[in-house]
Amino acid sequence: MSSLPEGWDMVVGLEVHTELKTATKLFCGCANNFGDEPNTNICPVCLGLPGSLPVLNEGAVEFAIRIGLALHCVVQPSSFHRKNYFYPDQPKDYQISQYDVPINGPGYLDLPDGSRVGIERAHLEEDTGKTTHVGGTGRIHGSDESLVDYNRSGVPLVEIVSGPDIRSAEQARGYAAELRSILIASGASDGRMEEGSMRVDANVSVRRGTEAPFGTRCEIKNLNSLRSVQRAVEYEALRQIAILDDGGTISQETRHWDEDAGKTQTMRSKEEAYDYRYFPEPDLVPVVPSEAFIRQIEAELPPMPAQRRRELIAHFGDAATDAQLDQANAAVELNLDPFIVGAIEKGITPALALARTANELAGLGDDAMSLPKDDYIALLKMEDAGELSATQSKKVLADLVAAGGGDPKAVAESKGFEQLDAGALDATLDEIIAANPDEWARYREGDDKLTGFFTGKVMAATQGQADGKAVNAALRQRRS
Amino acid sequence: MSDNTRPLNEDDVRHVAKLARLQLKDEEIIRFTEQLRSVLDHAADVASLDLEGIAPTAHPLELSNVLRADEVTASSDRDEVLRAAPSVADHRFRVPRIVGEAP
Amino acid sequence: MNAGEVSAVALANESLQQIDSQEGEIHAFVEIQREQVLRKAQAIDDGVAQGKNMGVLAGVPLALKDNLCQHGEVTSCASNILSGWRPPYDATVVSRIETAGVLIVGKTNMDEFAMGSSTENSAFGPTKNPHDTTKVPGGSSGGSAAAVAASMTPLSLGSDTGGSIRQPAAFCGVVGVKPTYGLVSRYGLVAFASSLDQVGPFAGSVADAAALLEVIAGHDPKDSTSLNAPAPALSSHLDDGVKGMRVGLCNELLEGCAPDMVAAIKRAAEVLSNAGAEIIEISIPELKLGLSAYYLIAPAEASSNLARYDGVRYGVRVDAEDVTAMNTATRTAGFGDEVKRRIMLGTYALSAGYYDAYYGQAQRVRTLIINAFTKAYSSVDLLLGATTPTTAFAIGDKVGDPMSMYQSDICTIPTNLAGHPALSVPFGVGDDKMPIGAQLLGPALSEQQLFQAASVLEHGANS
Ligand SMILES: [Mg+2]
Ligand SMILES: [Zn+2]
Repeated sequence: MSSLPEGWDMVVGLEVHTELKTATKLFCGCANNFGDEPNTNICPVCLGLPGSLPVLNEGAVEFAIRIGLALHCVVQPSSFHRKNYFYPDQPKDYQISQYDVPINGPGYLDLPDGSRVGIERAHLEEDTGKTTHVGGTGRIHGSDESLVDYNRSGVPLVEIVSGPDIRSAEQARGYAAELRSILIASGASDGRMEEGSMRVDANVSVRRGTEAPFGTRCEIKNLNSLRSVQRAVEYEALRQIAILDDGGTISQETRHWDEDAGKTQTMRSKEEAYDYRYFPEPDLVPVVPSEAFIRQIEAELPPMPAQRRRELIAHFGDAATDAQLDQANAAVELNLDPFIVGAIEKGITPALALARTANELAGLGDDAMSLPKDDYIALLKMEDAGELSATQSKKVLADLVAAGGGDPKAVAESKGFEQLDAGALDATLDEIIAANPDEWARYREGDDKLTGFFTGKVMAATQGQADGKAVNAALRQRRS
Repeated sequence: MSDNTRPLNEDDVRHVAKLARLQLKDEEIIRFTEQLRSVLDHAADVASLDLEGIAPTAHPLELSNVLRADEVTASSDRDEVLRAAPSVADHRFRVPRIVGEAP
Repeated sequence: MNAGEVSAVALANESLQQIDSQEGEIHAFVEIQREQVLRKAQAIDDGVAQGKNMGVLAGVPLALKDNLCQHGEVTSCASNILSGWRPPYDATVVSRIETAGVLIVGKTNMDEFAMGSSTENSAFGPTKNPHDTTKVPGGSSGGSAAAVAASMTPLSLGSDTGGSIRQPAAFCGVVGVKPTYGLVSRYGLVAFASSLDQVGPFAGSVADAAALLEVIAGHDPKDSTSLNAPAPALSSHLDDGVKGMRVGLCNELLEGCAPDMVAAIKRAAEVLSNAGAEIIEISIPELKLGLSAYYLIAPAEASSNLARYDGVRYGVRVDAEDVTAMNTATRTAGFGDEVKRRIMLGTYALSAGYYDAYYGQAQRVRTLIINAFTKAYSSVDLLLGATTPTTAFAIGDKVGDPMSMYQSDICTIPTNLAGHPALSVPFGVGDDKMPIGAQLLGPALSEQQLFQAASVLEHGANS
């Protein structure tokens, strides 16, 4: 499964930072809201004003434990440290984080492909503010000055550190995808990578053979899509192999992934490594969750993706094709399976519910999850009943997701999507048959492969207004 | 531990000054080295003790589980906060060019 | 104090007049809130006239150490880097005293960021000892001690990290109390060393100190290290005496002290003994390790607490072409030498390769000291010793020699490491006619007994 040159093995560990969906920040009562006016959710605590003191958010502790339990971690007594470094987005010039005793100790995550990745820890810490670079290209490099908004400062994060167990770029993507899915399922995080609420760093090294000691690793920072995770890991492993093949050595460094260029680039070498001077945070006291509290959270934990995958596939029985199994996995990975199950329960043809969800809804980004399920089911009902063609249905869906929901009938009408009446379809078919006599002759002689040819022509001529099933029926009728 | 309590030298002072974002003149480096060394010499009584088996105390209180409910409280007045800032633009804190990404 | 009997405006004016006549020579204040205090006093008088309860300390003037945040009023920690900073919020103790009707007359001078033992490290010039203006008032809360000693205000608040209330109280001849760690909220106290800092009162009498501590003590949900304990009842027990109390005369809090100091403390022991206490001579050798442990732990925490003064969000900025250079220029210009020394010392103690030998080791010594105190308190109720090795020293005497300055905290530091309460009560004068402070120490939350014993010493001081 690895695309590495023969004889090479890669070793990858991922560090994932996920923001928690609490109402307030980790150490103060300011709202934890993405996208608000700059510096409106700030107070002495999250601005690090002299004299301010942190008080831990109970909700964040509960979410962190949920994540730990979902990842089969040891939930344990924990405490906070200060990680000292200067940076303008860090208002105290130290980050309050968990160090030697994280709230969640070792656990594991099973991937749909059957592989298991160890979890070393999943700890609580605070997020930084957000910096906007002014001048130059708008990136940090070459900018004239920067502006800092502390709305995000102090938002609770859980950092999930995997073991060095990942052996391919695909598996790295699979791990990130399954983890994202688990985070969303747990209710602790919305997993929106585009908004930065889930961010992935990858530690990549390579070695000759699977038994050799691990090589020098490089850390790639801030991968903000699943696709970037896979591409960056693949690129980085190949880059390291090329250097070693040339007789060079890898220097330990932090690298930046440039999505447009498809390359990783040096951000910081080990010589510039920080001395964080960790020490116990004197302004906070230890968190010692009681066994009863942990068990209560466990009991309330919603079903996790692996279980939901099994339940979804059960709707298809033994008849599920490999393609459908893949679609089912993809749907669960994106937490879209409730749409499918909901539709099937409302009597929609399972294959249609699966295909629309895994192929179209899944392609509409993070917003897809926010679409009201009932609107979606109403749309599938129309399509299932032949009131909308597949093409029309997909267009309506895109509009519904963009608008965050709505009445599919109204959207279809506003787009002028009425089914072509039988007369208009007949007229169109006449024209197409007349224009393609050879193909029509072959079709009449029984060449079924030409069904698609004629259907495609009708769809093009009617701009997708025709219903595929009606076209098929009309073609068959004319042949007989 | 012997190596870790070797006398502090001027390079050490230069290093910690850099970590702490302080700029010292040569004369200050000499003076601070001498002064800090005398404090660390005094601390040798502590550094040289055999305290194997003694747990460290980070904090005088034995409290745990001090938590607050996840409920929104009023934020500060933005204008008042920004008025105290040395430089502001666009309702944000303005800083000169940042060299290097966050660690 | 005369709460309710004399008008608040009269008390405010009396305080302001005394400040006008003394401040030029003493320099206890960095900021005087003349108009605000008169406005507040008038409001209190109006309220009293309407029969309202304006608080248990209504109309009593108080001087606030400049490291306690007061909404909209300058809070600079006597540092150039915070010069002119006006916090957008009140410290919890400030809210509490205002609710109690206290009149805050101004912010008092201090060693920059509370780092020092003489108030000579203020960016705004030193405070003088009211008993002899060639002498230091002690520090870091020197301004707060001097304000009370010079009768500018009957009350003041300070903070004590290694003796910063008790040592200046002793030097200035007033009562100074360091409460049990966690008894008084630290919310809004600008941090020096978070695991050691504690806010406490200064007053001219034990009774006044008790009244102020009762107002500021008690649980605060904004401070995670605040004890969930009710404020202790002190005033109602001041006359309970020390009959049957076992008081340990602590060898380590006397040896190394000047002969006149030792003689005074032995007389204090006699006073307690005459009042019915049992005096037991006791030795706690571990206390000698306190100074070294303190000068690793406090700077380590300070190096982190003071990182935020970077020129980005508040305070003074020195411009430079990039952010690192700006941070560096700002901090280099904004901090005084003592602050820089401690930041560097603490940075070193925490840095890779040195943590275990210095910070880690100091934390273990902290455990030793706590255990030693616990053992001592199994055989005595309180400890008695000197607050300072000598009476107030001359201005300029120790500024060039940090280590000798640090030694002046040797008797006060161990209490902070343990988180225990202690107070200093005036007890006679030394050969130089300068005030002497007797120090009483007790286990966590023993404030009531400490005040009882202090009251006995206060009455016996001139006998
Ligand atoms: Mg982290
Ligand atoms: Zn806040």
